[in-house]
Amino acid sequence: MPSAAPSVAIAFENVKKTYRGGQVKALDGVSFDIGCGEFFGLLGPNGAGKTTLISVLAGLARATEGRVRVMGHDVVDDYAAARKALGVVPQELVFDPFFSVRESLRIQSGYFGVKHNDDWIDELLANLGLADKANANMRQLSGGMKRRVLVAQALVHRPPVIVLDEPTAGVDVELRQTLWQFIARLNKEGHTVLLTTHYLEEAEALCQRIGMLKAGRIVALDSTSQLLAGTAHTMLRFKTDAALPAEVAARARLTGRIVQVTAHDAAEVETTLATLRAAGVPVEDLEIGRADLEDVFLNIMQGDAA
Amino acid sequence: MNGASTLFKKEVLRFWKVSFQTVAAPVLTACMYLLVFGHTLEDHVKVYDSVSYTRFLIPGLVMMSVLQNAFANSSSSLIQSKITGNLVFLLLTPLSPLAWFVAYVGAAIVRGVAVGLGVLLVTAWFAPPGLDNLLWVLVFTVLGAGLMGTLGLIAGLWAEKFDQLAAFQNFIIMPMTFLSGVFYSVHSLPAFWLGVSHLNPFFYMIDGFRRGFFGVSDVSPWLSFGVVASSFVVTAGLALSLLQRGYKIRS
Repeated sequence: MPSAAPSVAIAFENVKKTYRGGQVKALDGVSFDIGCGEFFGLLGPNGAGKTTLISVLAGLARATEGRVRVMGHDVVDDYAAARKALGVVPQELVFDPFFSVRESLRIQSGYFGVKHNDDWIDELLANLGLADKANANMRQLSGGMKRRVLVAQALVHRPPVIVLDEPTAGVDVELRQTLWQFIARLNKEGHTVLLTTHYLEEAEALCQRIGMLKAGRIVALDSTSQLLAGTAHTMLRFKTDAALPAEVAARARLTGRIVQVTAHDAAEVETTLATLRAAGVPVEDLEIGRADLEDVFLNIMQGDAA
Repeated sequence: MNGASTLFKKEVLRFWKVSFQTVAAPVLTACMYLLVFGHTLEDHVKVYDSVSYTRFLIPGLVMMSVLQNAFANSSSSLIQSKITGNLVFLLLTPLSPLAWFVAYVGAAIVRGVAVGLGVLLVTAWFAPPGLDNLLWVLVFTVLGAGLMGTLGLIAGLWAEKFDQLAAFQNFIIMPMTFLSGVFYSVHSLPAFWLGVSHLNPFFYMIDGFRRGFFGVSDVSPWLSFGVVASSFVVTAGLALSLLQRGYKIRS
């Protein structure tokens, strides 16, 4: 550990990753920092490069160019210190079928040189609702339980930086709540959290800052509140079966019968409704609300920013 | 090397938890070889004047079991972890390439020794092979198992599916162990095949090991030691360099 506590937990510097001799650019010059104690959300569509970026951070993949540091330690030159500072929950639901939950956690702890760690292991098991499964073989656990063990394995060596790569994909509501309560507590206690998720409401609720990746590049990077403020403030939602007039259709997002139209201010809301009335479009269940992160996300991903 | 000891223990536990398959089964196989070959060839084959064929066969069978099981341990553990994806738990750790090497090869030696000891105990009951020099026995056991554990590590890194590993095992390891003089003295072979046998490092492992039991061997035990030790150094260097590069495990 460096003598002075670093203020930056994770630093990405112009990270590039290419495959097949440069033909495929998975990461195309990603640079940003995540501060110590931050809860950071990394969003992007499938194939945007989120998992590749996390793989480079965790040492599962090597960057073609650029550098990554964890708590000041380079992930290549000083990999041992960088990995000790990092707890990664992988996206794939993997487990070792030879061992019980407790054995898996003791082994993972031992890899990091942390012996006699049963008190912390018991605390992890209790907080993740795994206490009664401690001696069960990994093969006997349900998918959700295996996911909890993955989280416990990532935290078993008490890393200051926690990386969760889509931890709630395909898991039930109960686990999501248990998990988020626990991760939020760890964040309050000073842990840095980097989260990738497809559930934008999770990112909006939990993350203080958000980065959006598209085609291997960062296309948005700001605090969650600024991102929400920087987009259309108002969202008109209604149901209709009729075809929309062209000027409304251009700003609308359709999901079956549900139409969502963005508007910058009240005047634009009125104009939109007047246009719909004039075109004879029947409107049901009209709601006017604030734009959410999903709208921001779609605006950015559909734009030409990259 | 704190983490290495955990990985070593985990690798030993992994085979010990399924010891019927990983220890008892190969012991039984070796006993079958002894029963069938020993019984049918006892009166027809004489390799050394002072040694009956069944006694001659025992050290060869023991060493063959040591070598095959040492290879099987590191290679099957790695390929299983790669295919099921749980290798990620290791890849995320601060363990150095040397720690990986020591743990995988160390556990392979333990499995080889466990099976070899099992074969020796059971077969010695049929015909005690005697002991001339314990040191040669130990040196060739550890070096041979270490060499095969290292080869298993390389094969496990290289193979992307079980089929490729089986090909490595069945088309390279198996013929080389069978053609190394386990069942015969290479001096009984025609000149050409005798020459070929002398290019096979497995021959030196078996011959040196057998020397420890009978005090006689086809070549000098020092030559065997030189060949086996240098083969180990070369393969260990290769394995460490592959681990350092993250060959087929880090993209």
